[in-house]
Amino acid sequence: MKDFILPNDRDLGTPAREGAPVTLTIDGFDVTVPEGTSVMRAAAEAGLQIPKLCATDSVEAFGSCRLCVVEIEGRRGTPASCTTPVAPGMIVRTQSAKVKKIRKGVMELYISDHPLDCLTCAANGDCELQDMAGVVGLRDVRYTPGQNHFEQRAATGANPQYIPKDDSNPYFSYDPAKCIVCSRCVRACEEVQGTFALTIEGRGFDSRVSAGGPKDDFLTSDCVSCGACVAACPTATLQEKSVIELGTPERSVITTCAYCGVGCSFKAELNGDELVRMTPYKHGKANRGHSCVKGRFAYGYASHSDRILNPLIRDKITDPWQEVSWEEAMRFAADRLRGLQDTYGKKSIGVITSSRCTNEETYLVQKLTRSVFGNNNTDTCARVCHSPTGYGLGQTFGTSAGTQDFDSVEHSDVVLVIGANPTDGHPVFASRLKKRLRAGAKLIVVDPRRIDLVKSAHVAAAHHLPLRPGTNVAVVSAMAHVIVTEGLMDEAFIRERCDWDEFTEYAAFISDPRHSPEATALLTGVPAEDLRAAARLFATGGNGAIYYGLGVTEHSQGSTTVMGIANLAMLTGNIGRKGVGVNPLRGQNNVQGSCDMGSFPHELPGYRHVKNADVRAIFETLWGTEIDPEPGLRIPNMLDAAVAGTFKGLYCQGEDILQSDPDTHHVQAGLAAMECVIVHDLFLNETANYAHVFLPGSTFLEKDGTFTNAERRINRVRKVMAPRNGYADWEVTQLLANAMGAGWHYTHPAQIMDEIAATTPSFANVSYDLLEERGSVQWPCNDASPDGTPLMHVDGFVRGKGRFIVTEYIATDERTGPRFPLLLTTGRILSQYNVGAQTRRTANVVWHDEDVLEIHPNDAELRGIEDGAWVKLASRAGDTSLRAKITDRVSPGVVYTTFHHPDTQANVITTDFSDWATNCPEYKVTAVQVGLSNGPTAWQREYAAQATQSRRIVPAAE
Amino acid sequence: MTRATHPETAEMQAIIDRHLGMEGPLLPMFHALQAEYGYVPAAALPLLADTLNLTVAEVHGVKSFYHDFRDHPAGRHILKICRAEACQAMGANDMSARVLERLGIDWHGTTPDGDVTVEPVYCLGLCACGPAAMVDGRVVGRANSDRLLAEVGA
Repeated sequence: MKDFILPNDRDLGTPAREGAPVTLTIDGFDVTVPEGTSVMRAAAEAGLQIPKLCATDSVEAFGSCRLCVVEIEGRRGTPASCTTPVAPGMIVRTQSAKVKKIRKGVMELYISDHPLDCLTCAANGDCELQDMAGVVGLRDVRYTPGQNHFEQRAATGANPQYIPKDDSNPYFSYDPAKCIVCSRCVRACEEVQGTFALTIEGRGFDSRVSAGGPKDDFLTSDCVSCGACVAACPTATLQEKSVIELGTPERSVITTCAYCGVGCSFKAELNGDELVRMTPYKHGKANRGHSCVKGRFAYGYASHSDRILNPLIRDKITDPWQEVSWEEAMRFAADRLRGLQDTYGKKSIGVITSSRCTNEETYLVQKLTRSVFGNNNTDTCARVCHSPTGYGLGQTFGTSAGTQDFDSVEHSDVVLVIGANPTDGHPVFASRLKKRLRAGAKLIVVDPRRIDLVKSAHVAAAHHLPLRPGTNVAVVSAMAHVIVTEGLMDEAFIRERCDWDEFTEYAAFISDPRHSPEATALLTGVPAEDLRAAARLFATGGNGAIYYGLGVTEHSQGSTTVMGIANLAMLTGNIGRKGVGVNPLRGQNNVQGSCDMGSFPHELPGYRHVKNADVRAIFETLWGTEIDPEPGLRIPNMLDAAVAGTFKGLYCQGEDILQSDPDTHHVQAGLAAMECVIVHDLFLNETANYAHVFLPGSTFLEKDGTFTNAERRINRVRKVMAPRNGYADWEVTQLLANAMGAGWHYTHPAQIMDEIAATTPSFANVSYDLLEERGSVQWPCNDASPDGTPLMHVDGFVRGKGRFIVTEYIATDERTGPRFPLLLTTGRILSQYNVGAQTRRTANVVWHDEDVLEIHPNDAELRGIEDGAWVKLASRAGDTSLRAKITDRVSPGVVYTTFHHPDTQANVITTDFSDWATNCPEYKVTAVQVGLSNGPTAWQREYAAQATQSRRIVPAAE
Repeated sequence: MTRATHPETAEMQAIIDRHLGMEGPLLPMFHALQAEYGYVPAAALPLLADTLNLTVAEVHGVKSFYHDFRDHPAGRHILKICRAEACQAMGANDMSARVLERLGIDWHGTTPDGDVTVEPVYCLGLCACGPAAMVDGRVVGRANSDRLLAEVGA
C-alpha cells in the first residue's frame, strides 16, 4: 500500500535478510546490504525505488510482473531485481533505455486489461498500479479494445470474463474487475497468515484469484479475515469497505490494539477525527506487520449506538437510570462511598482494575483504593485468568511474566502448546508460530480438544495429547518423569543454573513409578506411548519452547501446572536464550500491565508485598498518605464478604465480572448485596445491571497511555480522537479521587508513567520520551538493562537459582458422577473477544452469533441430540441452554463452549472451585449433564427480563 | 470406459489413499479419480485437502490449472481435436467445424445421448501427421471428419 504518512514505513519490495555485508553499485551509488538481500531491496535501501507490482516486503519475491527488470553488468538479459540476490561488486543499472522500454511495454499490457476509472476508484491516491503507470511514464495504450475482465457487457452481450464484486466479507470487498493477478494476496494468505484460503484459479488469461473452492466466496472459504491480503493488494481489488465509504485517509497515528495480549501495533488512519481504517504497523515488534480480524476490523464498537456517553446514577438497582452531569455523578458516588466507610468501616469498599485500560489508568485505580479509600481491596481480572502464572513463575524463576519476546519463536525447534488455542485466542502469534512450523519446527499439543493447530493446512502436530480436563498436572509430571527416568535432562544446565539439592529431591519425587505415563494413562486418558514420545521429542529436539494459556491456569491446580511447566523448561535447559522459554499467552491487551501495576490486593506496583515497610514507604512519601500493611480482598473474597454483609461498595473499571466470573448466581448475589456499585465502562454491561453509578468510559482510540503485552512489551497507546464521553478513563478516576478529597492533579498520562518509573525498579528508565524514541520497550528497563529485556534469565534466574518444586497431582473436587457425567471445558473463538462487549457490537457476529455446545457424536447419540438442537446444559451451580454442535474435535465425555454471549451465560454453569494458591477459578472443568430442551431456561428468561428492566434510562431534563 | 455415477465418499477416499505413498501425490490422485468417474467430483476436493493437509483452495487451484481435469461427467467417448498451429495449417478448423456440426454440439460439449464429448487440445506432438486428434486416449493422425465420427461411432 502507498505510504502517505510515515517516511520510515516504505515498502522495500522484498523481506529483510541477515548475513555478511555485501557491497554493490546501483546507478553509481555504493550500497552495502546483508548477503541474500535482493537487488530491489538494496536499491530501496539506497533510496532508489525500482518500479514493481508483484513484490512487497511482507512476502517473498515472486518475479511475475517483470516491471522491476534491471541491467547488471556482465550478465545476460534483464533479470528481475526482486528475485536477483546481490553479489559483491555487482554493477546494476535501473534506468537504462532498454529496461525503461520493457517497463513501459509491461505497463501498457497491464493497463490494457484494467478499467480507467481512477477518479472514482476507491484506491485513488493509494494505488500502486496508478503510481507505476506514472513512474514508467505510460502515456498511451496502443491495444484496441478486445477481450477483457472489467467490462460488464461486451459488444456481443454479457462479458463471460466479467466476475461481479464479492461483498460477502463484512469488512472488505473483492472486485475481480480490478485484479492484475500479481498473487500478492495469495502469497500473503500463505506466508503471512498461514491460512492458505486463496488461490489462483485457472491459467493464462483465465487466471483469477479465488477464495476457497469453486463454489466459495470469501465468507464461505477458509478466510479468517485477517486483512493481510487487503494490505498486500496493490490495487482496489481487495479494499476495505470503510475506505470505499469514507475515502482515502490522510493522516495516521501509531497505536496499540486493545484486544488480546499479543499487543499488535497499528496505524490508525484517519481523516480529521474520523477513523477510516486500522492497518498493522510494519515496525510493531509484537506483530511485525500482521493483524487479525479483531484488531484490523472490529473497532466499530467505539462508535456503536449502545455506547453510553453521559454519567448515570440511581438510588436502587430496581430504579431506572438517571442521566446526570459528571459533577453530580462524582458527588453522588463519593458521598455514597464515604458514607459506606463511615457506617461499615474503611475496608468495606474496594476496586477492580481493568486489564483493558492502560497501565496509567490501572495505576491510578489501585492508588485510589490504597491512598484514598485507605485499604488494599484491589483486584483485577488477572485473578480469573493468569494469577497462577504470576505465582508459579514467581516461585520457580523469580518473575511473574513470560521469558521471551515473540520473535523468539523463529528460533524454536520444538514447540509445546498446553491449554492454549493460539489460532483463535492469539491469532497473530499463531501465524508467526505456524510460519516456524512450516519451516520444520515440531509441535506438541496438550489439549482436551483437537484445536486447529493439531491439524490444519501445512501444519500437523507431531503429538496431540488429548487429556481429560483437570489432569494437566498428571500429564506434565508424567513428561518430567520420562525425561528424568530416561536420563534426558540437561544436567549441566541444572547444575549451573538451578538449586541442585532441590533438584535431587524433585528427581526422587518425579521418578516414582506412580508418575509414569503408564500409571497415569487411565486417569489422563493419554496413551502412555504417545506421552513418552512427546516427552522425548521435547527433551531432545533442540530449542524447546513452551506456550500455554488459560487451559493451564484456570484449574484448581493451575499454579501447580505452571510450576510443572517451569520444571520441564529447567530440566531440559530451555531457558535463557532465543527459541526457548516459558511463555504464558496472556488473555487481555493489558493483563500483564494490570498485574505489574499493583492491582493485586497483596502487592504494590512491581510485585512487592504490602507487608514490606520499605516498599510502602516509597509510596507513602510520594503520596503523602499511609498504606495499610494488611493485604486486601480478592474478587471472590469481595463477593463472599458482600453476601456476608461486610463489603458494601465497589468501583469496577472496564470489566464485566457478572459475565466473565464463574458461578454467575454467586456473583449476582454479591453485587445485589452491595450498596454502591460503580461501573466504569463503554456499555451498560451485565455487571451494570447491579450498579448504582455508571461512569462512561473511553476507548483506546480516545486516550494516551501504555499497554504491556504478553512479552512484557510496553507499547504506546495514542489518542487519535477526543473522548466521546468527555474524559479519558484516567481523568474519570482522578475526578472520583478528587471528589473524595484526594487532590490529584495529573494533566497527562506521561506524568503518571513518571510516577510509576520513580517508584517501581523494573520500570525505572521507562518514560514517554524513551517510548517515543524506541517505539516500545520490554521491562525490566532500568540502569541494569537500559534497552529493556527481550529475554529473561539469560545469565541466571532472577531469583538466583532456579527452583524445582514438587508437583503432586490432586484431583479437583469437581467430579463427574451419575447426575453430571460429562466434563465441560470453555474457551473462545477467533472472531469474538472475551465477554463480547466489543466484538458483539461489530460485524464480527457474522462468524459467531451465538455460543454453541460442542459435543462428541457418541455422547450426542446417547442423548438423542442432533446437530443444531437446543440443549440444556446443567451443573451443580446452575443451568442454561444453547444449541449443540456435533463434532469429534472433543473427546467422548467432554463438552466445550465459549462464553462470548450473555444470552447463554456459560458461567452460570461454572462452579466456585478455584486454584489453591491464587483463587483463579476452575473454568476449565465443570461436571455437567446435557439434555434436549425446547429453548431458553427459566433462569435465562428471568435474567433477560431483569437486564431489560435494569437498562431503562431517563434522560436528563433539558 | 468410465462410470459417471454419484461417487461415494468412502470409495473416493479409497482411491485417494491408494496414492498416499507417492511423492507429489496430488496429480496422480486427480488422474485416478478422473479415470474412475470420468471427472473429478467436487466432493473429492475436501477429501484431497484433508488427506494431504492442504486447503480446498489449493487443491482447486491445482485442478483448475489443468484443463484436462473435468468437473462434470464426460460422454462415453472423448474426442480431442488439435487446434494448434500445424494442425490448423492442415485444415483442422474446417474439420472440427464439420465434426461439431454433425454432432450438434460446441467445444467442450457432450451429445445429448451422452455418447461423445469433444474437447480442443493444443498440440499432441503429432504435427507431422496433421490434422491430429485423440480418441479415448489413442492418437489419430491425418484425421478427417468422417474418420473421426466413425471412430466415436457417430
